[in-house]
Amino acid sequence: MSDFSFFLEVVVGGLLSGVMYTLVALGFVLIFKASGVFNFAQGAMVLFAALTFVGFTEYGLPYWAAFLVTLVVMMALAVGIERAVLRPLLGQDAMILFMATIGLSIFLEGLAQLIWGTGVRGLDLGIPDDPIEWGGILVSQFDLSTAVMAAVLVAVLSVFFSTTRIGRALRAVADDTQAAQVAGVPLGFIWAVVWGVAGFIALVAGLVWGARLGVQFALTLVALKALPVMILGGFNSIAGAIVAGLVIGVSEKLAEVYLGPFVGGGIENWFPYALAVAVLLWRPTGLFGAARIARV
Amino acid sequence: MFYRDAGALKTSYAQDAALFPLAFDRRAMIALVLVAGVVVPLVASDYWLGSILLPFLILSLAAIGLNIVTGYAGQLSLGSAAFMAVGAYAALNLVARVPALPFPLSLALAGLIAGLVSALFGLLSLRIRGFYVAVATLAAQFFIEWLCTHVPWLLLDNHSGVVSTPTLGWLGFEVASIPARYVTALIIVAGLAVLAMNLVRSELGRAWMAVRDHETAAELTGVDTVRAKLSAFAVSGFYCGVAGALWSFLYIGTIEIEAFSLHRSFQILFMIIIGGLGSVMGSFLGAAFIVLLPVAITNGAAVFGSAIKPDVIANLELMIFGALIVGFLILEPHGLARLVSHAKARLRRWPLRY
Repeated sequence: MSDFSFFLEVVVGGLLSGVMYTLVALGFVLIFKASGVFNFAQGAMVLFAALTFVGFTEYGLPYWAAFLVTLVVMMALAVGIERAVLRPLLGQDAMILFMATIGLSIFLEGLAQLIWGTGVRGLDLGIPDDPIEWGGILVSQFDLSTAVMAAVLVAVLSVFFSTTRIGRALRAVADDTQAAQVAGVPLGFIWAVVWGVAGFIALVAGLVWGARLGVQFALTLVALKALPVMILGGFNSIAGAIVAGLVIGVSEKLAEVYLGPFVGGGIENWFPYALAVAVLLWRPTGLFGAARIARV
Repeated sequence: MFYRDAGALKTSYAQDAALFPLAFDRRAMIALVLVAGVVVPLVASDYWLGSILLPFLILSLAAIGLNIVTGYAGQLSLGSAAFMAVGAYAALNLVARVPALPFPLSLALAGLIAGLVSALFGLLSLRIRGFYVAVATLAAQFFIEWLCTHVPWLLLDNHSGVVSTPTLGWLGFEVASIPARYVTALIIVAGLAVLAMNLVRSELGRAWMAVRDHETAAELTGVDTVRAKLSAFAVSGFYCGVAGALWSFLYIGTIEIEAFSLHRSFQILFMIIIGGLGSVMGSFLGAAFIVLLPVAITNGAAVFGSAIKPDVIANLELMIFGALIVGFLILEPHGLARLVSHAKARLRRWPLRY
């Protein structure tokens, strides 16, 4: 195999794994846009959704039914979070809210494992993970399906945001919370919807990552993979999350393949962070983030 | 009746600037330190000394460190365990490679190295703010973890990833037995705690708080925010570094990176949330709470015999911790320290209600 097609293979592999990161980052961005909360619990929600889904399929539910039931559970969870955590903390400093979501994430990790057990469960979505040859390079079929799923998800979300009444209200809240409230947008309801949608994204991410890694506690760590994606793309840009996810995926793979051997390997844990921080130094609000205006 | 400002007349600047202006507080604090330093090592069992009080003291020190950068200077750090690791690894290299140094000096130097590394990552906070700083400290956490596992020199060219710590000794006195370790840790932690209490009410500490409360406003009123932020990171790194060295040398007896994972960073963050952001006393209260809660849960579950499985207890523990974090942030964002100061204010008025 030539060097160039190997390079291409690494790039394509990176792009596809970047899609997986984007899936998780989308949930973060959505909640940050609408409520200004950096939701650290997104990773725990991914675990919670995946465990719930697998748990219900083990009770004999077919996949589509388990998906719907899990979706309902995630929506209920979102409403509960809005009531129990967000509403009492309304108007607090963003840092306090962030720390509250760290507490929330621990709570959800405990709750999910209390209900469904701590063991690792397999999840077979029925998508083969064999590589297929495509223009001279090998591509994982599973990753390709994931990319298609993510694309569909983004398309559905953007249609939802741009055409439905709730979607418009949501964008209004994201633009200016107070103005939206004055115009009569029910803030609590919108937040519950946003967290519900984030729960839906968590479910999709949980299925994809769960099929890849097995449904287990380590799923919460994908949130840590999504953080550099967020800072690279800017906290409040969905397009940024997509582009940054791809950039991180590719650069991580390239760094591991071409840089890793010189420094002893295992750099994929911190390389995305280093890259993201380097970009931050150049553009402090990320590639696509809105400029920050401080008022005294 | 006995806890009053009345009659406590200040006749000199030194009295006015005293750490504990009330005689009662002063005597209580001295009594507490004496009891902790003399009575407790004599009467407490090795289990309490070595497995509860020792980690409590060391984690309190780390919590003070995190509180300085997060509670006082307002820069959320998720990398405190990494700076503990820097301190531990630096102390190991200093003790093993420069045996001539007395160990208090080695610990201090290890703390300085950790402070330097922390300030290095703190440089990022000059350009970026808020969550971005938190993520940058997360980068520090992962990078330092990686460095510690991939550079064998840091671990005395040992490839197993775990090194037993040499016994600390100075002037013919060996810090080997559990009471000796406890007293050593107590002296260091108490000394550094007093230093921290004075530091946060100095000009530097006021600059930290000004940056925390409103950075732009602080800058406009002439606070040197660059100096404030860098010094907060440096001092925080120093405290965490010393805590990390003590953790390895006095508590677990080995140097390994697993002791300083992201999990530890979060644990320390929870301590300052529960204990009280921006309070040295709160760091101790929070550390005590976090160290004791699992013990209490395990003992509480033991009441039910073996009906509750260990993994259920572990998950219940996670849920209780999570709920407590959220609960404290909602009900009392200033943590246990605020509850204590409320109780004190009440005591001052006692037996009157107002």
